[in-house]
Amino acid sequence: MSYQAHFKVWRGDKDGGGLVDFEVAVNEGEVVLDIIHRLQATAAPDLAVRWNCKAGKCGSCSAEVNGRPRLMCMTRMSVFDPAETITVTPMRSFPVVRDLVTDVSYNYAKAREVPSFVPPKELGPGQYRMKQEDVGRVQEFRKCIECFLCQNTCHVVRDHEENKTAFAGPRFLMRVAELDMHPLDAADEAGIDRRRGAREDHGLGYCNITKCCTEVCPEHIKITDNALIPLKERVVDRSYDPLVWLGSKIRRRRT
Amino acid sequence: MTRVDRQSWDVVVVGAGGAGLRAAIEAREQGLRCAVICKSLFGKAHTVMAEGGIAASMGNVNHNDNWQVHFRDTMRGGKFLNNWRMAELHAQEAPDRVWELETWGAVFDRTPDGLISQRNFGGHEYPRLAHVGDRTGLELIRTLQQKIVSLQQEDEREYGDYEARLKVFQECTVTRVLKENRRVSGVFGYERESGRFFVIEAPAVVLATGGIGKSFKVTSNSWEYTGDGHALALLAGARLVNMEFVQFHPTGMVWPPSVKGILVTESVRGDGGVLRNSDGKRFMFDYVPDVFKEKYAESEAEGDRWYTDPDHNRRPPELLPRDEVARAINAEVKAGRGSPHGGVFLDVSTRMPAEVIQRKLPSMHHQFKELADVDITAEPMEVGPTCHYVMGGVEVDPDTAAAVGVPGLFAAGEVAGGMHGSNRLGGNSLSDLLVFGRRAGLHAARYAAGFATGAAPAVPEADIALAEAEALRPFGAEGGDQHVSHGPAENPYTLHQELQQAMSDLVGIIRRSGEMEEALHRLSGLRARARRAGVEGHRQFNPGWHLALDLRNMLLVSECVARAALERTESRGGHTRDDHPGMDRRWRRVNLVCRLADESAGHAVTDSALGLIRLERQETPPIRPDLLALFEKEELTKYLTDEELTS
Repeated sequence: MSYQAHFKVWRGDKDGGGLVDFEVAVNEGEVVLDIIHRLQATAAPDLAVRWNCKAGKCGSCSAEVNGRPRLMCMTRMSVFDPAETITVTPMRSFPVVRDLVTDVSYNYAKAREVPSFVPPKELGPGQYRMKQEDVGRVQEFRKCIECFLCQNTCHVVRDHEENKTAFAGPRFLMRVAELDMHPLDAADEAGIDRRRGAREDHGLGYCNITKCCTEVCPEHIKITDNALIPLKERVVDRSYDPLVWLGSKIRRRRT
Repeated sequence: MTRVDRQSWDVVVVGAGGAGLRAAIEAREQGLRCAVICKSLFGKAHTVMAEGGIAASMGNVNHNDNWQVHFRDTMRGGKFLNNWRMAELHAQEAPDRVWELETWGAVFDRTPDGLISQRNFGGHEYPRLAHVGDRTGLELIRTLQQKIVSLQQEDEREYGDYEARLKVFQECTVTRVLKENRRVSGVFGYERESGRFFVIEAPAVVLATGGIGKSFKVTSNSWEYTGDGHALALLAGARLVNMEFVQFHPTGMVWPPSVKGILVTESVRGDGGVLRNSDGKRFMFDYVPDVFKEKYAESEAEGDRWYTDPDHNRRPPELLPRDEVARAINAEVKAGRGSPHGGVFLDVSTRMPAEVIQRKLPSMHHQFKELADVDITAEPMEVGPTCHYVMGGVEVDPDTAAAVGVPGLFAAGEVAGGMHGSNRLGGNSLSDLLVFGRRAGLHAARYAAGFATGAAPAVPEADIALAEAEALRPFGAEGGDQHVSHGPAENPYTLHQELQQAMSDLVGIIRRSGEMEEALHRLSGLRARARRAGVEGHRQFNPGWHLALDLRNMLLVSECVARAALERTESRGGHTRDDHPGMDRRWRRVNLVCRLADESAGHAVTDSALGLIRLERQETPPIRPDLLALFEKEELTKYLTDEELTS
């Protein structure tokens, strides 16, 4: 069942680099990450790759395999023709550190810009009551393993580096949606308007729902349909519904 | 000599899994400045792999549950070798630690009343595990990560700097804990990305580095689990206890080869999955040990009724503690009744409807579908034992998590020893991380706060130079040290594979004295060759170099496991001796303690009889009478000597 595969792996650093050819053994049941590890152990001990759980749970080994953003640990070699050349390159939207490792600090910076969960003042630990049907959607978003493949794929930043300042990316807009849908989040009471934030601080308007993020999500989270579109609808309700607008003004005056 | 970046913090936490992050949150909330150092990216630590849940006796599903019942189950699971004070604190505080997570934004699965749902698990008398499907570890790590972000947001508002009082140094590895005289003064490490060295001065260091599984060939553990904290503690003068107790989780994937060892959650059995051999027989009914006879069902019918009527039936033996199930699977395979790829069958497909499986076990469904082409709603899984967890670890004070003998050093989570005795129950790990992570952070903060500005122990320059030379050795490996080891440079990947093979073959799930002696012999050979582990390229993100440095830790820890396992001439929990198959009550009060030999340099490296580790027997303190009173006398006679029972 073993065969020799032809791999092209991008090697280099921030100053540049290129694809390097390797002939490498592939055994039954292996995934792309296994092959990268074999290259490290045999042909290129200093080949840099980020990985951790090797079970699709930690979201570390993101890369582009034949141009498609994927987790290397969940990409089985059996999906490729044995004669096919497999090209592995680092995620394109983030600066290269070395070989397949990229600088993903953009994502950590964006994570910090989303206001955290606000616990309701009147409830202490152990007093939270939530219905399963009310938390199902939030739990879908919390399945996110932060592999950043959606961030890498989203064309708002993939082809427009300059948008990174204003745009949080699908992962963190989904985080805003998650908090906005949390049954007990008390952001309103704390004076935090998550919907306004989505639009004004996190660049929700840049998203034009092409669903590229959903397509590459290894957790199969329906980022666009379940998080981004509903968030857009809520933002629109808030911004353009005259009654809501009036209500928000009146409430504000009272406090 | 390269320039070493230096910073000063109050508390340094090494490791950013559940224990490390919980410790950091606590230290910061005590008002101290806390630095977290982790090998992976922030939020990727191995805790993310935990599936089943967090054990805490909240009593949401069965009102009879309370901390005393949880304590009892924990002691039974550990075959009474547990540090009883840790088991007590753990059982008492776990519910508060879970509820607190909700106030930080965690979203657990709910009961019909809207409470946190709790599920059954091996060795737990009542449904006790708070969970989120089968991805509880992800929820835990993300919640703690987001709590840290929220504290950083507070600091940003107050000081204009997110990292004023809490900073995560990600993709950094600590290679030495530094001391001045006897006291901790900081850590030395390198940044993976640049290869640059750094020193962080701090009077208190919390080790929260997890386990040692990467010393074994088949393991559920990730690359990070190279026993770093265990080794750092030894090198700093601390001691390790119970290192012979290594948990082999009964259900790891066995096929395809590249995923061998990846975990199949115990929830599969907790929710109704059964184990069968190649004859289709539920063989676990043949493997209920005497100490558990009264607690487990005698027939399949009774076991099946228990899921819906637990008050009038006993639980099925598939839910025995992990050590028992792992041994049983091992025996079935050995007897020729295994599955095609050398495991046994774990089946949920005939036990519940496909949609229930997909809802309750989504990750498992996904994992088998993607990695093995197996649809678990339609066919059984093939599973077998995989190295999962080390019960042994740093000897700590149970209340403060302070490492015994090294002022300023603390340890929490898997790297700490004692809590789980000879075998850990599923679900008790995540709760352990939270309970003792918080305690370690609290007491590290109090300890650090005791030093006036400028009065903390200093970092000796000479020790920095030594640490730097040690870390750079792989780049000039050829030739090696004349006195210790001479020859061509060794490939660190080859050494690592040989180490894993030796530990799996010779100090694995079933152990024999001759094989463990052979293991010690091979380890000494590997130690010598590891001195010449060499790497190509430069220091920037160079995995070969990282592995060459990790080998030191894996070799030290492996020697502890082998020596302690050879010494303990009985079978108990995660330590099974073919040549001493019975549990011996006299061994219950004996802890085997490892420390670094004083004469550890030079020739001891290559001498298998001598080695680097010294082993001592240490008598454990008697269990407090009010805790003993929680058990029936009859049960205690199975574990305690007559002498202990009468006194």
